[in-house]
Amino acid sequence: MTNQSRIRNFSIIAHIDHGKSTLADRLLELTGAVSERDMREQVLDTMDLERERGITIKAQTVRLDYRAGDGQDYILNLIDTPGHVDFSYEVSRSLAACEGALLLVDAAQGVQAQTLANAYLAVDAGLEVIPAINKIDLVAADPDRVAAEISNVIGGSPDDIVRISAKTGEGVEELLERLVEQVPPPAGDPDGPLRALVFDSYYDAYRGVVCYVRVVDGRLRSGFRLKFIATGETHDTAEVGILTPAAKPLNVLEAGEVGYLITGVKEIDRIKVGDTLTDSASPAREPLPGYAEPKPMVFSGLFPTDGDDFERLREALEKLRLNDGSLMWEAETSRALGFGFRVGFLGLLHMEIVRERLEREYDLDLVATAPSVAYRVTLPDGSVKEIKSPQDLPDPGSRVRVSEPYVRAMILTPSEYVGPIMELVTTKRGEVGNMSYLSPERVELDYQIPLAEIVFDFFDLLKSRTKGYASLDYEPADYRTADLVRVDILLNGQPVDAFSAVLHRDKAADYGKTMTERLRALIPRQMFDVPIQAAIGGKIISRETVKAKRKDVIAKCYGGDVTRKKKLLTKQKEGKKRMKMVGSVEVPQEAFVAALRVDDDT
Amino acid sequence: MKPLEVDIHAAMSAAYVHIPFCSAICPYCDFAVVAGADDRIERYVDAVVAEIRMSGRRRELEAVYFGGGTPSHVRPYLLGRVLDALRARHGIAPAAEISLEANPEDFGEERAEELLSDGFNRVSFGAQSFDDDVLARLGRRHRAEDIDRSIDNARRAGFGNVSLDLIFGTPVETGDSWAASLQRAVDLRPDHVSCYALTVEPGTPLHREVKAGAEAPDPDTQADRYELAEMILPLAGLDRYEVSNWSRPGRQCRYNLVVWAQGEYEAYGNGAHRFLGGVRSHNVRRLEAYMERIEVGTRPIAGTDPIEGWDVEIDRLFVGLRRSAGVGPGPGVESLLQTSGGQMLLREGIIEVADGRLVVRRPLLADEVHRQVLDLAPPQGWVESLNTDNL
Repeated sequence: MTNQSRIRNFSIIAHIDHGKSTLADRLLELTGAVSERDMREQVLDTMDLERERGITIKAQTVRLDYRAGDGQDYILNLIDTPGHVDFSYEVSRSLAACEGALLLVDAAQGVQAQTLANAYLAVDAGLEVIPAINKIDLVAADPDRVAAEISNVIGGSPDDIVRISAKTGEGVEELLERLVEQVPPPAGDPDGPLRALVFDSYYDAYRGVVCYVRVVDGRLRSGFRLKFIATGETHDTAEVGILTPAAKPLNVLEAGEVGYLITGVKEIDRIKVGDTLTDSASPAREPLPGYAEPKPMVFSGLFPTDGDDFERLREALEKLRLNDGSLMWEAETSRALGFGFRVGFLGLLHMEIVRERLEREYDLDLVATAPSVAYRVTLPDGSVKEIKSPQDLPDPGSRVRVSEPYVRAMILTPSEYVGPIMELVTTKRGEVGNMSYLSPERVELDYQIPLAEIVFDFFDLLKSRTKGYASLDYEPADYRTADLVRVDILLNGQPVDAFSAVLHRDKAADYGKTMTERLRALIPRQMFDVPIQAAIGGKIISRETVKAKRKDVIAKCYGGDVTRKKKLLTKQKEGKKRMKMVGSVEVPQEAFVAALRVDDDT
Repeated sequence: MKPLEVDIHAAMSAAYVHIPFCSAICPYCDFAVVAGADDRIERYVDAVVAEIRMSGRRRELEAVYFGGGTPSHVRPYLLGRVLDALRARHGIAPAAEISLEANPEDFGEERAEELLSDGFNRVSFGAQSFDDDVLARLGRRHRAEDIDRSIDNARRAGFGNVSLDLIFGTPVETGDSWAASLQRAVDLRPDHVSCYALTVEPGTPLHREVKAGAEAPDPDTQADRYELAEMILPLAGLDRYEVSNWSRPGRQCRYNLVVWAQGEYEAYGNGAHRFLGGVRSHNVRRLEAYMERIEVGTRPIAGTDPIEGWDVEIDRLFVGLRRSAGVGPGPGVESLLQTSGGQMLLREGIIEVADGRLVVRRPLLADEVHRQVLDLAPPQGWVESLNTDNL
């Protein structure tokens, strides 16, 4: 029987690249969970993509055995969290399974926006936050400054902050001691009716849905009949166990413990992350506090380059969804791009990761339309309709107003860039809010800004104007009415749906100009002049022309040339057949791809 | 409706002889040519003569064309041997057009006389330009003044049918220099002029230069230059009868008219193409391989492409639409006019139906017409008519 007072459940929260995975590795080594010989860098990041990009997508968990300085043996459950804003809901559900959090900050880079966002989540969740400054072995390390920043953010004395190098192991032991001392043990009722929180799940091709659970009260035994309070489903416990990090089946998980649960359920939709498990024979009355379902905020049309791949794309999305319940989509038809899906993402990084996985793991060649947000349109009858695709925006006559999602954006920056950032935020229709100094050199700026602007190019511009020093995090705020219009792009008078965009009226002209210029360069000359126009409703706001081809003829076609020229022209004809027809204009697929590519030529 | 004169050429008998030898290879050339191989000329001529002897007997020839390479680079008596072989095998009509390509650099008066006495009556000069900078860029070995002299020699020897080839759109050429070239060509009162847009053909030294960054010919500039030719040449009585060819009345190149009328032509020499009995075929391209095949007594055919069924009609349009006179009515014309592509061509004024004939009105855009033609399906109810000659 496990003594709850000897359990410490904690997460590590850190900005990308501040060394979370390296610290996790060190902890695994130090506690003997993984021998130095078996140590593969960043054991917890199992997906290739995670290791490559240095980020953690799926929360993972590992149980560590540790003999502390007081001579007692402790069980430390490290519950991993993703480091990026798009996955803040995953962070919060990981935190819900913990009593403490290690806040890891890079000794050279200092506090970043994501660190802040996640630290606030931890504080809000009532967790004991133990800050640590990592990478003190770096030449550029400035732990004193960073310590001051941290204490400005979460309080406490800068002198109390542990300084470590996860890479060399320096200070890690001390950090573990702090953890044991300061993180409170779980406080559930070991003899009460079973209550366990499902804080994550994933799909395993052989075992079905695997749940990560935190037992709060009572005991979770294998062979039990379980009830999931929110969904109302009951399932048998096929197996429970812990991850060391290898899966190790146990007969029972006690109150305060963290482990996995397999029920034999094959459909991930039937298990709701955030749900509370209880014993179906003697169920608990109250569920544990859950958390909100993540809502997609960014939408993009995904179309297979080869129309025949439509079904493969659908299957790939379905497979991805097995491990990513936040992924949502509906079928979409584009005159220009054919059949595809409008896919909802939690944010830009999520979008990027999904696209990359589709292309890499499922070998799909995709065209993605420019990302957009969900607008709320008030119709003349007073009803409100949410639109996720620019084509769905009703004409001005058929709508009363349109409102768009705003986010609260936190920007952390060296103070010298405050001016350029304010200017940028203003041009992006942002509203300046609080400004607070973390240290004389570092400022936290707080803004309300339309999500559409963030989605468009705000990240890139912020990075370029601050030489990459500023970091940004955002969370959904509210919806606000704005003067929004749909800009259509017309090729030879025909609108090309893939290029339509909803924009603030002030931005429409720029968008129209950029797109028409880009397309003029991308669309091959035809037998006739092709006007490319940007229009709001019936009003043309910019225009370019692809001049007609003037010469398209082989100079010689004599007796010796006939067969060869036929072959050449047949080949050209086949090439033309792969083009998409927009009205009578032939447009190569690459032109769509290139026109939709958001590059930083601004 | 009565067939036009151009269509009559479908029934003429013609032959092509390839002479691959040159003094040097021009950087833009992608023909079957060879330089520095003069020691193989006699052996090659023997092979051509042998090929003529082993070929099937044809009707008396009404057009013979020696192309290259540079036929004028070969001593006239050797060309004469080839003509003798043709005469012996097929016969040559008294009024036949017997044409050869010549370079201005090696066309002396004596040579001109010899060629004339061999039986040649038409000479086509690779003049290319009257701008020495352009000639240098094209890797030509002659200067503008050589062209004047060559034509003079040809005329004095008694050639009554002289043609000039010009190349336009070389990047060093200017609008003025092209206009001047056209003017000097016209001043020489040729019977026939061909104007070709400089084309960067894959595999040529020019292609490699362009890939390495040399300036490529600009298609819009070439369109300007072509339009200038279209203005200047007719003023001198030279009317365009094919995309790249202009002539005085009655001086069209008969051999080429046979090709464009889908007429039959025999062909001899390495890389030579023929169209006989509904089959397009061609000889091996490599000089040595060609001669070896002949020397062991086999015909040197490298590939055949039978034109059958609906493809005969496609082929008729494909070759015929190069001509200003276009093609007469037929199922292919009918089919083209029914497609959306054909409608677009009509709408844009690229093609036109005049007096029942389909013509290309904007020759600079002819390839689009040809691409559409190659894609045509037979109109509904089309049945292949029986060719009674084969029964």
